[in-house]
Amino acid sequence: MNATSPLYELKDLSKRYTRGKETVTIFDALDMTISAGDFIAIMGPSGSGKTTLLNLLGGIDRPSSGEVHFEGQRIDNLSQGKLAKWRAAHAGFIFQFYNLMPTLSAAQNVELPLLLTRLSGKARKDRVKTALDIVGMGDRARHRPGQLSGGQQQRVAIARAIVADPKVLLADEPTGDLDRSTADEILETLQLLNAEMGKTIIMVTHDPAAASHAKRELHLNKGRFEEKGKA
Amino acid sequence: MFKQTTAVTLLNLRSIPQRWGMSLATVLSIALVVGVLLGFMAMASGFRATVDGAGSDDVAIMLRGGAMAEMNSNVSRDEVRLLEAAPGIAAGAQGDPLISSELYVVADALRRTTGTRSNLALRGLGLHGPELRPQFSLVEGRMFEPGAAELVVGASVQREFEGFSLGETVRLGPNEWTVVGIFSTGGSVFDSEIWTDLGVVQNLYQRGSGVQTVRARLTSPDDIEVLREHVGNEPRLNLEVLTERDYFARSAGGTVTLIEWAGWPLAILMAIGALAGAWNAMYASVDARTRELATLRAIGFGGFPAFIAAMVEAIVLAFLGGLVGAGATWLLFDGVSASTLGSGFTQIVFAFAVTPGAAVQGVILAVIVGVLGGFVPAIRAARIPLLAVHAD
Repeated sequence: MNATSPLYELKDLSKRYTRGKETVTIFDALDMTISAGDFIAIMGPSGSGKTTLLNLLGGIDRPSSGEVHFEGQRIDNLSQGKLAKWRAAHAGFIFQFYNLMPTLSAAQNVELPLLLTRLSGKARKDRVKTALDIVGMGDRARHRPGQLSGGQQQRVAIARAIVADPKVLLADEPTGDLDRSTADEILETLQLLNAEMGKTIIMVTHDPAAASHAKRELHLNKGRFEEKGKA
Repeated sequence: MFKQTTAVTLLNLRSIPQRWGMSLATVLSIALVVGVLLGFMAMASGFRATVDGAGSDDVAIMLRGGAMAEMNSNVSRDEVRLLEAAPGIAAGAQGDPLISSELYVVADALRRTTGTRSNLALRGLGLHGPELRPQFSLVEGRMFEPGAAELVVGASVQREFEGFSLGETVRLGPNEWTVVGIFSTGGSVFDSEIWTDLGVVQNLYQRGSGVQTVRARLTSPDDIEVLREHVGNEPRLNLEVLTERDYFARSAGGTVTLIEWAGWPLAILMAIGALAGAWNAMYASVDARTRELATLRAIGFGGFPAFIAAMVEAIVLAFLGGLVGAGATWLLFDGVSASTLGSGFTQIVFAFAVTPGAAVQGVILAVIVGVLGGFVPAIRAARIPLLAVHAD
């Protein structure tokens, strides 16, 4: 990828669902580019397609038509196996309900993406420690999710998302299940990852306060984007 | 792939305690299937061991031609005399042939466990009768006196039926008898019999001078052919000559086959039920972990590790069920005494025998249930839609 090419390029992207005999169009002919190092908040009313868009960007759903390019490579038409490898190499996911494995410790949860790499056990441990330290959870490595607060679990989930050093973090309502002050801490962590580690972050949220932590706010409504200006 | 599969498999197995109710139900239902199968197999092998233990290769048994069992055989006094001079029969210490003419009648007695009356074999036998049972030993008391209404009682009879302790007087039909001895033949079918002098049985049961069978010790096992040829060539003898082992194998075969044929279909029918249970448990397991499995796939894990992990979980639960079933059957039934109707319409007391071979068959059946019960849910696990990552 050269310096001017975008990280993501969406071309004429459409997503439709069939519900019974009815076809529901979520968005149609959507074009969009996302630059490396960006921190974008995608907002919009319920059902506007925010999460659907995030799924398409993360390769966990496929468009009805159109193309998704990542670093110049088209990803929407990759086979399931290749798409899984692409996700493992390039994307980190952060979910509203953390999606941690309840029977694994924080460190074991964070290590999961590294099991898909050729790293040695020691290298994996080092990477896990670093990731947990970055999110301030180094001292909770042996705790299981049930022994952690919601905010702490989300930090562990962020550590899991960054441990394999992906270029993009895709966050779906990452603060939707947290109180205000904890949510702010999580958002500051995301800002830190964006500013200091250069991670491109695409965050879906319905919370304007959360969106205000992003560099760009895109409002998705009736299948069209509207960008809110930021200082 | 190996690391992925191991990680997902361990994840599955570790989460079993979170679904302990369903998992335990699966283990127990499979244990029940194995228990039923092993119960029947233990019965069959115990019965077979008891009957096989009674048979000897160097003892010939002679019955009326065409008679399938002692009960419907009849050997005349003249035939017995001719047999005493037949070749291939060993001689006793006094030089007389080692032959025992035998007659048995059905008596009934009260069972200790059920309080009901069951048939017992009362066998009248000749002087050499006990010698022809190699494992015979007198455990208590003495042998009966010829001509006296005295009994020696098999160890199983004494254990299972009331009124047969040493010195007791017992009424069998219209006659009273005194128990003067307890014998053992090492757990063979003879332990389920009561013995007395042949002449007393012939007299008290008005059977004249006829007997039902003649047993003879052969000079060697090969001499069965010599004896058979002699009997076949003697026009005054209409007898079938068998080794005692062949005779018991023929008598027991039907019963053993019947038990096994009852056991397997019943176990298979129950296995189908357990299969449904395993299927449900595994579906519940996959459903409970839908978001976890989808999350793993979103991270980049493939579907195959999820398939293997679900299969391993099903097989582990089934294997545990097999072990529990085999262990419980062994604890509850191995060595337990029971009885069934033998070919002579009398009770044969035998001990259930849970053999290692049967236990292995039970565990294999359990694993098959696990594999079949886990397969479709495992496919479902491998095909969990990625969008399930957002499930709450």
